[in-house]
Amino acid sequence: MSAAHDDHHHGPAKGLRRWLFTTNHKDIGTLYLWFSFAMFLLGGSFAMVIRAELFQPGLQLVDPNFFNQMTTMHGLVMVFGAVMPAFVGLANWMLPMMIGAPDMALPRMNNWSFWILPFAFAMLASTLLMESGAPNFGWTFYAPLSTTYAPDSVTFFIFAVHIMGASSIMGSINIIATILNLRAPGMTLMKMPLFVWTWLITAYLLIAVMPVLAGVVTMMLFDIHFGTSFFNAAGGGDPVLFQHVFWFFGHPEVYIMILPAFGVVSAIIPTFARKRLFGYDSMVYATASIAFLSFIVWAHHMFTVGMPIAGELFFMYATMLIAVPTGVKVFNWVATMFRGSMTFETPMLFAIAFVVLFTMGGFTGLMLAVTPADFQYHDTYFVVAHFHYVLVPGAVFSIMAACYYWLPKWTGYMYDERLGKLHFWLSFIGVNILFFPQHFLGLAGMPRRIPDYALQFADFNWISSIGGFLFGASQLILLVVVIKCIKGGKKATAQVWEGAQGLEWTVDSPAPYHTFTTPPDPKLIHDQ
Amino acid sequence: MANAKNDNANTKLVKKLFLITVGMFGFGFAMVPMYDVICDITGLNGKTSGRYTAELEQSAEQLEERQITVQFLAQNNEGMSWAFRANDPQVKVKPGEVKVVSYQAKNVKDYAMTGQAIPSVAPNEAAQYLKKIECFCFAEQDLAPGEEVEMALRFFVDKDIPKHITKLTLSYSLFDITKEQNAAESVAVR
Repeated sequence: MSAAHDDHHHGPAKGLRRWLFTTNHKDIGTLYLWFSFAMFLLGGSFAMVIRAELFQPGLQLVDPNFFNQMTTMHGLVMVFGAVMPAFVGLANWMLPMMIGAPDMALPRMNNWSFWILPFAFAMLASTLLMESGAPNFGWTFYAPLSTTYAPDSVTFFIFAVHIMGASSIMGSINIIATILNLRAPGMTLMKMPLFVWTWLITAYLLIAVMPVLAGVVTMMLFDIHFGTSFFNAAGGGDPVLFQHVFWFFGHPEVYIMILPAFGVVSAIIPTFARKRLFGYDSMVYATASIAFLSFIVWAHHMFTVGMPIAGELFFMYATMLIAVPTGVKVFNWVATMFRGSMTFETPMLFAIAFVVLFTMGGFTGLMLAVTPADFQYHDTYFVVAHFHYVLVPGAVFSIMAACYYWLPKWTGYMYDERLGKLHFWLSFIGVNILFFPQHFLGLAGMPRRIPDYALQFADFNWISSIGGFLFGASQLILLVVVIKCIKGGKKATAQVWEGAQGLEWTVDSPAPYHTFTTPPDPKLIHDQ
Repeated sequence: MANAKNDNANTKLVKKLFLITVGMFGFGFAMVPMYDVICDITGLNGKTSGRYTAELEQSAEQLEERQITVQFLAQNNEGMSWAFRANDPQVKVKPGEVKVVSYQAKNVKDYAMTGQAIPSVAPNEAAQYLKKIECFCFAEQDLAPGEEVEMALRFFVDKDIPKHITKLTLSYSLFDITKEQNAAESVAVR
């Protein structure tokens, strides 16, 4: 007994029990990151089915209903299974170390919020094996497609979303409590690293909108099984109401997926430019402004439902306003690099690619915000190209950058720089071949979510699919790099990177199982 | 490691955050009536308001000269099989003048069915000026096999209707609610 007791204090338990019962923020962060990577591969394999079917015009590989299941599951798995848990994993690993806290504020809830996730996704993925097939109504699950015309498996989808929501909300409460209550003495709010700031704001967004998502799927549940008519026109409901409630959740959701990415990039660029982050205060205010604006722009996703002209103008201008704080951020990153002593290790390459490609995605977003133009672009591949540019070379690249940046701190070894660079360049080239032609397809009028298309779209689809396979395959390099890095390599120092600043770089590499059990020396906490 | 002071602060904060969560869950549902109210005020989505119950003063000399064309459409929603049409495809009315038109519906199936008509006005802006005193859409229609009914609609166009609207279209979609009818209580429809 006493031996087991000692284990608890000095190191992890052995075997499976370590992972099942762990309350250690580093273990839970690791679990989140591996889970997210598994989901990334699963959602990626769905995308490969989509791109393989679209490789040529005509129906070759799958029937249209299964194709729709693939687009739906790809979106759901990537958004809720890959991107969001990856950021929560990074938060778990890094936040306590960045603010000098011994662990997360609510460690047992932390365990719970991770361990319900695999069940949610097992439930969601199991629908693929059901007689009715998986959900096929798109990741936005518009009513009445997702109610009156939904496959029977929709109920599993609804409960899966409930569980994911509960997980995210618990995770967010934990993050807010950690940041607000467990900062080391001397770590004032305006001295926190930007990753901490962006996560604090993201966590507030999550607890504000995940319950609305839970509400909207609950309404669907009632419409489907209990005869209510929230979205059923025959009973006095309105399908357009669904879109309003969904996008009231959905728009802040897209910032939930990008704000922590801003934090990651704001950590990496100063390190490799060997300069302090330019305009720290403005970064904080810009993040907060983006979060606020995200609540008043939702209807730009639904310009074509028939809104009064005043409404369309309001949502158009509000949306364009977001470009201002986002522009502030991009300028700050560029100004940080300006006249810096830059080196181009893998995390920096991903971070620079993020700045360039995310900005391109932002510009296409501005084009989509223009109401009259949106009537042309709505539901075309232009939209697909836009949100993939902000999510893949945006959010996903920042997650990869973060993994390369902090891997030495996690494992104690340097990763293979040559393989890392190979991974970067293949991803960078692949992602552009994959998504850039989709802009042209959309402008030429190819609708999204179709398994077959008119012949004039054949060439760009062919190119896009080639890029897709290249991008998909090159992600396996990341897996190899991570496994190699866990097994060994050049020993990493505590500082790891020459220009790295912050508390997480003052502890050993690999980070001991328990860090900052006594608060760090306040002298280590610098102005930003 | 976490001391008592921290535990206390955590409990307080978690309670607050949990309250926000519950509140936002409620807010999601509150959006439903809010949406209805906004649609009512603005005529968003061409939703017409419910039965017009206020007193109508109607004297011929007060009627304006301008004429507004009101067109009537009838369509079956997917899966509905009734023969459903407007008897008067279009009428001209003066603002404030009460008109009666009728629709025809026939159950062509060999079993009893229930239908529910849902109105929509285009342009949306005009929706709030179309007042219905009596409408078959306020009730469900139960038709025996082969039964045919003539259904009345008594309405007027409000005098406040903007000058630039000279034509409006009232469209009814007929939904088959035979299945739902038993499952759910009838919801207040317009």
